[in-house]
Amino acid sequence: MTFSTVHALVLRNLYLYTRTPVRGIELIFWPLVDLLVWGYLTIFLQSHTGADFPHQITFLIGAVILWDIMFRAQQGVALYFLEDVWSRNLLNVFSAPVSNADYLASTYVIGFLRSAVTSLLLSVLAIGLYAFNIFQLDWMLLPFVFNLLLFGWALGMISTALIVRWGPAAETLAWAVPFFLQPFAAVYYPVDALPTAVQWVAHAIPCSHIFEGMRSGLRDGVVPWENLAWATGLNLLYLAAAGLLFTRVMKTSREKGLLTKFVSQ
Amino acid sequence: MPTPVLEVTDLVKEFGSVRSVDGLSLIIEKGDILGLLGANGAGKTTAINMILGIISPTSGTIQVFGRDLAHERIAILRRMNFSSTYTHLPGNLRVWQNLNVFGRIYRVPHLKRRIDEVLELLGIAQLKNRVTGDLSAGESTKLNLCKALLNKPELLLLDEPTASLDPDAADTVRRLTLRIREEDGTSILYTSHNMRDVEEVCDRVVFMHEGKALRTGTTREILDHFNEQSLESLFIRVARGGVIESSAPSSES
Repeated sequence: MTFSTVHALVLRNLYLYTRTPVRGIELIFWPLVDLLVWGYLTIFLQSHTGADFPHQITFLIGAVILWDIMFRAQQGVALYFLEDVWSRNLLNVFSAPVSNADYLASTYVIGFLRSAVTSLLLSVLAIGLYAFNIFQLDWMLLPFVFNLLLFGWALGMISTALIVRWGPAAETLAWAVPFFLQPFAAVYYPVDALPTAVQWVAHAIPCSHIFEGMRSGLRDGVVPWENLAWATGLNLLYLAAAGLLFTRVMKTSREKGLLTKFVSQ
Repeated sequence: MPTPVLEVTDLVKEFGSVRSVDGLSLIIEKGDILGLLGANGAGKTTAINMILGIISPTSGTIQVFGRDLAHERIAILRRMNFSSTYTHLPGNLRVWQNLNVFGRIYRVPHLKRRIDEVLELLGIAQLKNRVTGDLSAGESTKLNLCKALLNKPELLLLDEPTASLDPDAADTVRRLTLRIREEDGTSILYTSHNMRDVEEVCDRVVFMHEGKALRTGTTREILDHFNEQSLESLFIRVARGGVIESSAPSSES
């Protein structure tokens, strides 16, 4: 991996965002809509339920913020590739001295920056609008966020690999892949709420351990070590598998000329 | 004997049952301009994509600067560059921003100065702060060429560089191609449908048909071999299913 190459690729994306502020809508508008909808739903439920329940419901706002960290990281990786497809710049990049590692590292940086912008904005707004402070998780927040970034990057690599393999028609996977998992990821409800037959799916997804950990951390103020250990271990497996898939698909793309099809379509 | 800049040996590319490139061999020495000529589907672009490492060959070898592309792709690509009518630089970035990004990728020293130089060379210095997407087709092609020249490549691959240009701009590009060869000793692989390009610019031509090199030689040698008056008439004859056998050995094989 070459730092100057990664820097150049990151710079290209930063130029893109500063040149076209309308892209900020994607980073700000949709997460804001989520926060408003779930926030006011929380307030409504709090005012119509029993004494203990309101505390549980505030977790919804935390879930919105943490889900968005994962989602923006995934998008950072997957949309990065699509930006080059849309601008017909793909062959310029892949005919340049850019290794898979350079390319992936730059997508991770962009994913991190996207997550940072959106989650900071949502966190501050959640304090102002709903008196919900995600920072009460204190230093626990760091391993939560780090694990969500790891999973977002892994999903981003998987999304990109599938798009490369299946061609431009599969572009929609850049948005769809995280939502395939969301029902099982225990984002807004605990794993126990799922039918017993599919709970194993939730246990196999790293972010479900983070959301379970977030709820117990907020409720009890105790570090959920077991959740963190599961999330980290699973994330390492997912990252290794996603990296392997990406590398194999890039090899296949060279054998089958898949990248050139993005230019000709 | 100096190591060739590019040496392609028995290159084959099959996509399923289709053989897009069939036993292509070619050599480019330092300062050579070699033209790849052929109708659509002749295998020119597939060959270029293999030399860039975007497509891997089914069999055969590609040596660039004496190094095996299959094993030293990144190191080789640093000393090469590429421009195609069919690729674009991101339209939402300004001209200088695009060149800044690629200059950094290719580790161009004194980048700001080099960006000014290549813009001046292509006669588009006044476009430096323009948004790339607002450029005309001709300006956009010139910008692609600026990108391709940024790192002073020792091997330059130009895929139909004059395809979208008016005659004046096409003439500028032809002159520029000869000039960079003259000044920097750049070796160039040049594909074009424009026979005038090939006749004016290329030292030698590989005439391709259905993935095969029918003949390699100077324009004169090829015309004499096929008993034609111009490359254009030969091109039409081959494209319409006329002479397709490579009856005599080419100057390289």
